[in-house]
Amino acid sequence: MDAIKRYFRSPAAVTGLVLLLIVVAMAISAGWLYPREPLALAGRPLIWPFSNPRFPLGTDNSGRDIAAQIFHGARISLLIGGVATAIAIAIGVLIGAFAGFYGGWIDNMLMRITEAFQTLPNFVLLLVLVAVFGSTLTTVTIAVGVVSWPAPARLTRAEFLSLRNREFVQAGRTLGMRDLQLILGEILPNALPPVIVYASVVMAVAILLESALAFLRLSDPNVASWGNLIGLGRDVLRVQWYVSAIPGIAILVTVLAVSLVGQGLNDALNPRLKGR
Amino acid sequence: MRETSAAILTLDGLGVRLPAGADRPQALSAVSLSMAANEILCVVGESGSGKSIMANAIMRLLPDGVSIDAGRVMFEGRDLAKAGADEMRRVRGAGIAMIFQEPMTALNPLRTIGDQIGEMFSIHTGLSRAAIRARVLALLEDVRIPDPGAAARAYPHELSGGQRQRAMIAMALALDPRVLIADEPTTALDVTTQAQILTLIRDLQKRKKTAVLFITHDFGVVAEIADRVAVMQQGSIVEHGEAAAVLNHPQHPYTRQLVAAVPPLTTPPPRELSDDIILTIDNVSKTFRSGGFLGRGARVTPAVKNVSLKLPRGATLGIVGESGSGKSTLARCIVRLIDPDNGSIMLESKDWTKMTREDVRRETRHIQMVFQDPFSSLNPRRKAAELVAQGPIVHGTPPAKAIADAKELFALVGLDPSASDRFPHEFSGGQRQRIGLARALALHPEVLVADEAVSALDVSVQAQVLQLLAGLRQRLGLSIVFITHDLRVAAQICDLVAVMKDGEVVEHGPAGDVFGHPQHSYTKALLGSIPGGEFARKREAALLV
Repeated sequence: MDAIKRYFRSPAAVTGLVLLLIVVAMAISAGWLYPREPLALAGRPLIWPFSNPRFPLGTDNSGRDIAAQIFHGARISLLIGGVATAIAIAIGVLIGAFAGFYGGWIDNMLMRITEAFQTLPNFVLLLVLVAVFGSTLTTVTIAVGVVSWPAPARLTRAEFLSLRNREFVQAGRTLGMRDLQLILGEILPNALPPVIVYASVVMAVAILLESALAFLRLSDPNVASWGNLIGLGRDVLRVQWYVSAIPGIAILVTVLAVSLVGQGLNDALNPRLKGR
Repeated sequence: MRETSAAILTLDGLGVRLPAGADRPQALSAVSLSMAANEILCVVGESGSGKSIMANAIMRLLPDGVSIDAGRVMFEGRDLAKAGADEMRRVRGAGIAMIFQEPMTALNPLRTIGDQIGEMFSIHTGLSRAAIRARVLALLEDVRIPDPGAAARAYPHELSGGQRQRAMIAMALALDPRVLIADEPTTALDVTTQAQILTLIRDLQKRKKTAVLFITHDFGVVAEIADRVAVMQQGSIVEHGEAAAVLNHPQHPYTRQLVAAVPPLTTPPPRELSDDIILTIDNVSKTFRSGGFLGRGARVTPAVKNVSLKLPRGATLGIVGESGSGKSTLARCIVRLIDPDNGSIMLESKDWTKMTREDVRRETRHIQMVFQDPFSSLNPRRKAAELVAQGPIVHGTPPAKAIADAKELFALVGLDPSASDRFPHEFSGGQRQRIGLARALALHPEVLVADEAVSALDVSVQAQVLQLLAGLRQRLGLSIVFITHDLRVAAQICDLVAVMKDGEVVEHGPAGDVFGHPQHSYTKALLGSIPGGEFARKREAALLV
């Protein structure tokens, strides 16, 4: 309760939340504002924004409605951001928790694997995964999640390392709790706040990764995503720059919103760190 | 009589304001004190009484949001409460120096001791390097560090706690300050080291005629070192006078309560002990190994060496020793938080050292543990009732019943059952320790292992918790293994006492014998180092008449 109050005291955090809610509202309203297939041809290609009331944001090089693609694209970005983050955090927390709790050779083994993933630039790894498994929406989402878990794993491990020797965990052991009860019931709730905060970073990066993939035309071409639109606009970047710029602004706003919310959560969940 | 000159440091109606939302509006209100050269003024009070804030207010080192709002701090004719930042910088270190409780955090870990002491000279004086070096060595000799040359080249982590505190004192006295503020300088130290440091401070003070403002919570330390005493409660000075007068004839009820709470050194009359031995520790050893590759260069620390002890049913066995003596490792071996290397621990004809982890988990309700730190021993995200109910729930009691039982236990340990849905941070240290006790009792154990269970508490709270423990022992027929570094506490509650040093039990027997007629030289040294021992003995004699 205190955390919620503290959250709403920060103007930046509230701004972030409002922006994020706008993006969510776009995603929800896309269905009835633009009921037609967003990738269907709608009019003349390359109409500038604000010149034709039917296409408030203009059309792209194949004559598809940019506004419709932006609204439907919000769905895809939030979907990829949300699901990929969930995958990354789930894998990361699992590996980090076991490594941190048990230590010893389990920790050594799991951390060497984590390092192996971390030494590869995650975008390169993402390209490999997409090249091997194809670029449907599902594989792209899973691939983004799979390349993003090492950082949350390290964070969770660090938290577990410091918490597992606390007396309340030893007390739980003397009460006869099983390891899993200690991990899930005692340590995890105390380790989670920084991980939740980090999830916002993972989400922002996930959205950017998908866009970067789409820019290289390696994302799923059959869905209206912001990245795909930027990729299309690449061909007409010097004259009809708006085709790339409009989805670019959408991505910027979303990533900014997620980051602000994350920072706000951080200050709200760890109030003592603020002002340091 | 010592010569008393005019006051050098005078606090005149000093008030310090706390930020809104603190537990009280004023950290200090109308505090007036004065100190003359060549005397030790002890400020005594329990945690939260404002004694450390007072020291920080004099040095003008108050945390953000806390500020002086009334009164004056007169030092050498200047009012420090209004002094500018530059002026304060010249006063700190050179005019008024300070030593702290934990020398490890007060020293910079990346620089040698000699460097850090030398810095005092390079900041405040224009001495040459060679001169500084000579002064540093002289100072280290003054505080009687063994091998001053090596100590000057050492990093803080290479010295023992006592040596670090000596280095801190050397640094504080480097510029011959007229006032030395010592904020609980011996609290983190072992009792024998504490006695040495107290003697050192006393000697240096006499020789250099420094005025010492000594802050402590321990009336034993006061009896040992003070010329005058000021007693603080809730930010005000409630009593103030010559040490002998305050200690022997306390006027204010709070002072009386604090003096009375100082644990006596003599043991209560021995109780009848049962012949039925409930816990037998036989030849238990534990060695920690760390580092090294394929067995080479590994550090081997024998923490517990061939310890054999017996605990009769219903009795309390005290295990006393200084830090590093292996007493906590032994406690953790008994409850199998640590697996001992060899030996056996027989609890009611079952050998705990031979049981598998799963067996221990199932049998754990027979033996429970109370932990030291009232802040880290409770999961901050669980309500008090849940914490107490956890154990029974793990062992299959339905949650609703376990919670109801927990509320009954709250009454048993002297907590308000209606407070059971609060979180740990809403309780005081003593109350948290009671929750920890209730959690251990929830499984109806036969043996309770208390690891420094009262060490983190104020004396008056300590006395209450000990009373509670003694009462519960009687009512529930508990057998207790009581681990402590404080011999005074052990004397109060234990029937049997074992003294540990470097992992070995050097002496054990009935408490009256060990405390009354110690055989081993180490036990004698421990007993001789208890601060205020003389005072405690005199007071007991007075009480007996």
